[in-house]
Amino acid sequence: MRIHCPCCGPRGVAEFSYGGDGTIRRPDLAVTDTDAHVAYVYERENPRGPHVELWHHIGGCRHWLRVTRDTLTHEISSVEMAGRFAGDAARMPGAGA
Amino acid sequence: MQKYSALSLLRNALSGHRDWQPAWRKPDPKPAYDAIIVGGGGHGLSTAYYLAKEHGLTNIAVLEKGWLGSGNIGRNTTIVRSNYMLPDNNRFYEWSMKLWEGLSLDLNYNVMFSQRGVLNLAHTPSQLDDYARRGNSMRLEGIDAELLGREEVARMVPGLDMSPSARFPVLGGLLQPRAGTARHDAVAWGYARAADARGVDIIENCEVTGFLREGGRIVGVETTRGEIRAPKVGVAVAGSTSQVLRLAGIERLPIESHVLQAFVSEPVKPILDCVVTFGAGHLYISQSDKGGLVFGGDIDKYNSYAQRGNLPVVEHVMSEVSVMLPFVSRLRLLRNWGGIMDMSMDGSPIITTGPLPGLYLNAGWCYGGFKATPASGWCFAWTMARDEPHPLNAPFTLDRFQRGYVLDERGAGPYPKMH
Ligand SMILES: Cc1cc2nc3c(=O)[nH]c(=O)nc-3n(C[C@H](O)[C@H](O)[C@H](O)COP(=O)(O)OP(=O)(O)OC[C@H]3O[C@@H](n4cnc5c(N)ncnc54)[C@H](O)[C@@H]3O)c2cc1C
Ligand SMILES: [Zn+2]
Repeated sequence: MRIHCPCCGPRGVAEFSYGGDGTIRRPDLAVTDTDAHVAYVYERENPRGPHVELWHHIGGCRHWLRVTRDTLTHEISSVEMAGRFAGDAARMPGAGA
Repeated sequence: MQKYSALSLLRNALSGHRDWQPAWRKPDPKPAYDAIIVGGGGHGLSTAYYLAKEHGLTNIAVLEKGWLGSGNIGRNTTIVRSNYMLPDNNRFYEWSMKLWEGLSLDLNYNVMFSQRGVLNLAHTPSQLDDYARRGNSMRLEGIDAELLGREEVARMVPGLDMSPSARFPVLGGLLQPRAGTARHDAVAWGYARAADARGVDIIENCEVTGFLREGGRIVGVETTRGEIRAPKVGVAVAGSTSQVLRLAGIERLPIESHVLQAFVSEPVKPILDCVVTFGAGHLYISQSDKGGLVFGGDIDKYNSYAQRGNLPVVEHVMSEVSVMLPFVSRLRLLRNWGGIMDMSMDGSPIITTGPLPGLYLNAGWCYGGFKATPASGWCFAWTMARDEPHPLNAPFTLDRFQRGYVLDERGAGPYPKMH
C-alpha cells in the first residue's frame, strides 16, 4: 500500500502512522453533555468501504493527512493536507508527482 | 450422535471407514425458533451448545454466512492462556481455562488441547518487575504463574538467542504452565457436533441481511434463505460486528475492524515444546503437531476488512522471529493469511444484553478471542437465557464506556490499534 503525500509524493505505508477515523470532531470543551464526549472518544462507524482517516507522515514531512481509503480494497481515492494546511495540497511540492 | 471412542474407531476401521455418520446435519431453516445465533464461528457455536446443555433451550439455530470455520476460528494461532493482570479479565479467562481442561471429554471430540505452557520473555529489569506483578495478580485469583530466571528460560527453550550480546538480551520470563494450544478447527467442529446432537440446527450458507422488528423489538432476521423469526437474536460475528449491527440501525460502536496476519513455516522435527512470546516486540510462536512453526505479531494497524495483510508487517514479524530464535531465519515460510478482528476501544470484549430489546451482543474479541471460546459461549448463553449477565461477564457490558468502567489491560487508551 502506498500513500501519495501531497508534500513528498508517493511513499510506502511503512513511513506513515495511522491516526484513525478522520471524521470525528472533539466537542467544544464547554459542552457538558457526556454523550458527545463518549461518542468522540469511543464510538466509530467502522465502515466496510470508503473511510475518511488520518495518517501522519512520520517518516517524511511529518504532515498530518486526511486520506479516503476503501477498507475492503485499500484503494485510496483522495489525500489532502489536514489541520492548518488543509486546502494547501495543490501548492505542495509533491502535488501531481 | 455416533459416540467416538477407541472401540468405534476399531469397528469403523474393520469396515473400511465407510460407515461414519456426518458430524452434524444440514437442516433447512425452520420459519421460527426460540433463539437464533448469528455467526457460526467458535463463539456462536459454543453459545448454542451451552444454551442447549445448561439452559435446556434446544429449539435454536446458528446461522452462518459461509461454511463452519471460515472465520477467525479457523485462522488463529491457537494460543490458550489466562495470564491477565486485571481481576475481571483473570476470572473470566480462568473460567475459560477450566472449561478447556474438560472440553474434549465434555464434547466427546478431541480438540487436542495441549497444556504445553506459555512463556513470556522479559528483556529489561522493569519488564521482569512487571511480570512479577502480573504473576502475583494471577496467583491471587488462584491461577498458576511462575517467574523464571535466565537459566531456567535457557533450559526450557533451547533455540533462543541467549547470548549477552543479543539485540534484546533475555533476563527471564513469566510462565503459565497450564496454558497452551488447541486445534482450532476441531473446536468449531466439536461444538457444532455436540450442539447438533442436542437438537440445534446449524445452517451454513445463510447470511443475515436484515432484522425483523416489531415496535422497537427485534423479532427475527432476514436471510439469504428467507425470514426466520425468534424472540431472541444473539450476534457473534467477530470482525463483521459493525456491519451486522448497522442492519439493525446501530450506526456506531466502540469497535474497529482490523486485519491480523498469521504465518506457518515448513515442517521441521520437534524443536519448540511450549508457546513463547517475545517481550521486546509483539510475537508469539509455537510448533504444531505437524512440525510447522506457527506464529504471528501485530495487526496491520489500520481499519481493514480485506482479510489479507500488507508486507511491512510480514517483514516486521520475520525480523522479530529471527532475532529471538535465529534458526528460524533458515526455514522457508509455507503460508500466511489474515483474519478480520473486532478490535474494541479498551481491548476487552463485550458480552451483553441489547443494544436493542430482543438483541444480544458478543463482540470485541481483538487478538485473543480463541482462548475465550468456551467461557464466551457459556456466559453469552447465560445472558441470552436469563436476560441478564452472569457475574463473570457483568464487567463486559457495552455501557462501560459511557460509565467510565473501561477494562484497559494494557493501559493503552482508546486506540484499537494499541490493544
Ligand atoms: C491471525 C489470527 C490469529 C489469532 N490468534 C489467536 C490466538 O493465538 N489465541 C486467541 O485466543 N485468539 C486468537 N485470535 C483471535 C480469535 O481467532 C478470534 O477472536 C475469535 O475466533 C473470534 O470469534 P469467532 O470464533 O466467533 O469468530 P469467527 O470464526 O470469525 O466467527 C464469526 C462468524 O460470523 C459469520 N458472519 C459474519 N457476518 C455474518 C452474517 N451477516 N450472517 C451470518 N454469519 C455471518 C462469519 O462468516 C464467521 O464465520 C487470532 C485471530 C487471527 C485473525
Ligand atoms: Zn510527506
